[in-house]
Parts: sequence; structure tokens; C-alpha cells
Amino acid sequence: MNQARSAVLDSTAVPRFGVGVRFRYDQTRAAWVLLAPERMFVPDAQAVEVLKLVDGSRSLAAIVDSLAARYAAPAEVIAADVAALLQNLSEKGAIRW
Amino acid sequence: MSPMNAQSQIEPPLGLILELTHRCPLQCPYCSNPLALERAHDELPAAIWLDVLDQAAALGVMQVHFSGGEPTAYQALPRLVARAADRGIYTNLITSGVTLDRARLARLAEAGLDHVQISFQDVQPDSADRIAGYAGAHARKLAAAARVREAGLALTLNFVVHRHNAQRVPRMIELGEELGAGRVEIAHVQYYGWGLINRAALLPTRAQLDAVTAAVEAGRARLKGKLVIDYVVPDYYARRPKACMGGWARRFINVSPAGRALPCQAAETLPGFEFPSVRDRSLAEIWQRDPAFARFRGTEWMPEPCRSCERREIDWGGCRCQAFALTGDAARTDPACALAPDHELILAAVAERPATPPAFVYRRMEGTQPSRTASAVITSK
Ligand code: SF4
Ligand code: SF4
Repeated sequence: MNQARSAVLDSTAVPRFGVGVRFRYDQTRAAWVLLAPERMFVPDAQAVEVLKLVDGSRSLAAIVDSLAARYAAPAEVIAADVAALLQNLSEKGAIRW
Repeated sequence: MSPMNAQSQIEPPLGLILELTHRCPLQCPYCSNPLALERAHDELPAAIWLDVLDQAAALGVMQVHFSGGEPTAYQALPRLVARAADRGIYTNLITSGVTLDRARLARLAEAGLDHVQISFQDVQPDSADRIAGYAGAHARKLAAAARVREAGLALTLNFVVHRHNAQRVPRMIELGEELGAGRVEIAHVQYYGWGLINRAALLPTRAQLDAVTAAVEAGRARLKGKLVIDYVVPDYYARRPKACMGGWARRFINVSPAGRALPCQAAETLPGFEFPSVRDRSLAEIWQRDPAFARFRGTEWMPEPCRSCERREIDWGGCRCQAFALTGDAARTDPACALAPDHELILAAVAERPATPPAFVYRRMEGTQPSRTASAVITSK
């Protein structure tokens, strides 16, 4: 489903957190949070699973494969969701490629 | 719901702003510090700040903003950064950059600093230095910004815009790109405190404002995915006010150099308030139970037209300090709102904007010749 990934995202691209972006678990709120300069995001449960796989070395394809295996879901469906999520966070400055 | 339930449902604060000192080598005429600046000998010792950081982490604070004045003038800053980082709080340094030399920056990076925001007065050096009231400031800031990136830290350039530099916003955004910033903030002057004293010298025209807005939109479209551009508009041409601080005592705690906890940094100007000190009260107690924090929290305090307005939980009635500075009553609707009974005060200020700007009243420790509006602010202390 390459069209769904938008032109800039090819599956070998490697997402990483932007400089100064921290993904951590907050005890008070019992939630994972993404902290960036003057910003805070509280990703939903699905997004948390994706972001846990962002380590600056896994490619988009590797992240999708890992999730597809875990949830026994078709890779194409997962790929579209993962790409949309990461693209959205990249527009907000939290993810860089 | 009983008031007690309402109390226990207060969400934890997201951000803690620590004004470590009011000392600053610069003299920006729109500085957000109060007109009555606190002296070095009143500043809190590091031990108290360290304890405040521990309490903040326990309370759920996610980000700490080390601010001032110039926070690097506070000797123990690296220890405070290390403590916050150790407690898992995101650390942000808000600095003028003029004293951010390599050694200082290395200590801060080592302590775990996450992000540095450097304020710029302009992109044109002579104009920037004139606004800052400090010869050579701009060149030092450029060097500091480069060092921040060399140290691998996230960088924001903050530009405060007004009638003297509004036309150069496109260039400000380019400078952010050139210096490797991840974020650029284009913030119109907020007309409280020093900004209010200098309003006639700073207020842009409507045409200038529109050009700045267009430049920000063009920059955002061009740099999508590369550079985040945040934009703070001036109240004076808006139809609705901003949600000041995200609402009174909803997201932030600001602590002054002497340790007074405030819902926003301008709140000390408000009369009839006894703001609590972190010297003798815990942060949790202040956040959850202090009457000054509860005073304008939520919607209960609101007069009409806010009380029945559909935006009451969007902008929370605007800024209490602006309401006080312009009307003398902090509990009125922010005059910036076009629905406010006092909105003509804003329209009059725009109408009276002089063609030739008066000289700046620079921010100085020894104070100033108060203007009419400012004297209300000073005598309220
Ligand atoms: S606004 Fe200017 S004078 Fe005020 S603290 Fe910041 S750099 Fe210093
Ligand atoms: S009337 Fe009050 S709540 Fe409504 S938009 Fe104006 S300031 Fe906001």
C-alpha cells in the first residue's frame, strides 16, 4: 500500500525522535507521554506501541513487520496507520526522518 | 458535585516556570518581568529550588522552564538542571544567550538539559542591540545558538515582534533554518508590565500584523516537517482574547526569584492577593488549596458576558492581569475580547497609536518614570 504512505515515506526510511524529544512513562498520569520543546503529547494505546519501536535504527518496514507479527494483522493495513501516525508527528516536530 | 470533589479533581500542573533571578544584562522594553524587580539578595538558595524540583516531580510536573531574568546568572543552575533531569522532568532553558559560553553550555548539557530557547530582538544587528539596550548582544546570541547545536541540544529561536521589526519576520524564520533550530517562535509583544509602559513605542499597525501572519503561514507551509513555527498574536487586533497561561492555575506554576508562587508571571501586580511562598508552603498545597490559585480557576468567578459564553472553557475569559492593568479590576472580562464591556479601551489604544514612536523606557532595576497606567501597577504592590 505504497500510495497510503505518502510520497516522502518509503518503507526503508528510519524514523527517530527529533532532537530534544523524549518519550517516557509518567507515573502521575499513568500514561506514556511525548515531551518536546514547549509541547506535550499523550499518544493513544496504539500509537504508544508504534513509538516504543522507534529507536533510530528500525525502518518503517521493520516497525510494521513487528506489529503485524504481534497482532496477526495484514501488514498493508498496519503500514497505512503507522505511516499516517509518524507523518503527523513529524509535522509537529516530534519525529524526524 | 461538592466543592471538595471539585478540589480533588484539579489536574496536576504540566509546567513549572522558575524565575531564578531578575538579574539580566539586557534591558528589553517589553520584558515580562514585573516593574518592581527582585534583588539578588532576595533570591532563593539552591537548596530550596532543589526541594521545589523534587516536589514538582511528585506532583506531576512534566516540564520545567528555567527562566529569569537571565537564568545562567544563577550560579547553581547546572545542579538544578541535573536534579530535574534526574527526576524525569523535561528541562528547558530560556535565555538571552549573551552569557552562554562554551564552558557553561557544556556543564548544562552534561547535567541533562533538553532544550535551549534563545531570545532574539531582531535579525538586523544594530536594531537588535538597540532594542536589547546592549551593544554586541546580537552577535553573542548568534554564537550561542551555534554552540547549542554543536552541543547536540534542541534549539528554539524566540523573536518578540513589534512595529520596529515586524517587516523582518521572513528573515527571522530563515535565520532559524540557518542556525539549525527545530522551532522558531514569533511572538508579538504582550502589553502588560514593561510592554504596557512602552505600548505607544511598540504597537504595530494592523497592516504590519497581517504581513507577519502571512509570513508565518508561508514559513509553516514551506518548512512543514522541518521546522516548527509557533505564533503568538497581539491582543490588540484580535476579536477574542488568548487563553492566558492555558487558563488561570490550570497548567502552570510560576515561582519568582524570592520564592513567591504565581499562576502567571504578571500576577504579582494584582491587588488584594497574598501569593504563597515556596519557602513555607508545599507546591502541592499551593496548587490544590491556595486561595490565590483558586480565585480565577475555572469558570465560577466569571462575570457576564463570559459566564454564558460558549468560549468560556476555551479562553477562560482571557488574561486577568490585562483586565486589571487596563480597567483596574482583575475580575472583569479581558478588554481584548470584542464582547467585553471595556473593549473600547483597546480600540482607543489602537486609534491613539502615534505615527512617530516615542523613545523606549528600558527595563532597569532602578525602575522608571511610571506612566499613568503603569503607576496603578506599581502602587498596587
Ligand atoms: S526580556 Fe530581555 S530584559 Fe527581560 S529577561 Fe528577557 S532578555 Fe532580559
Ligand atoms: S466573552 Fe469571555 S469567554 Fe467569551 S470570548 Fe470573550 S473573554 Fe472569552
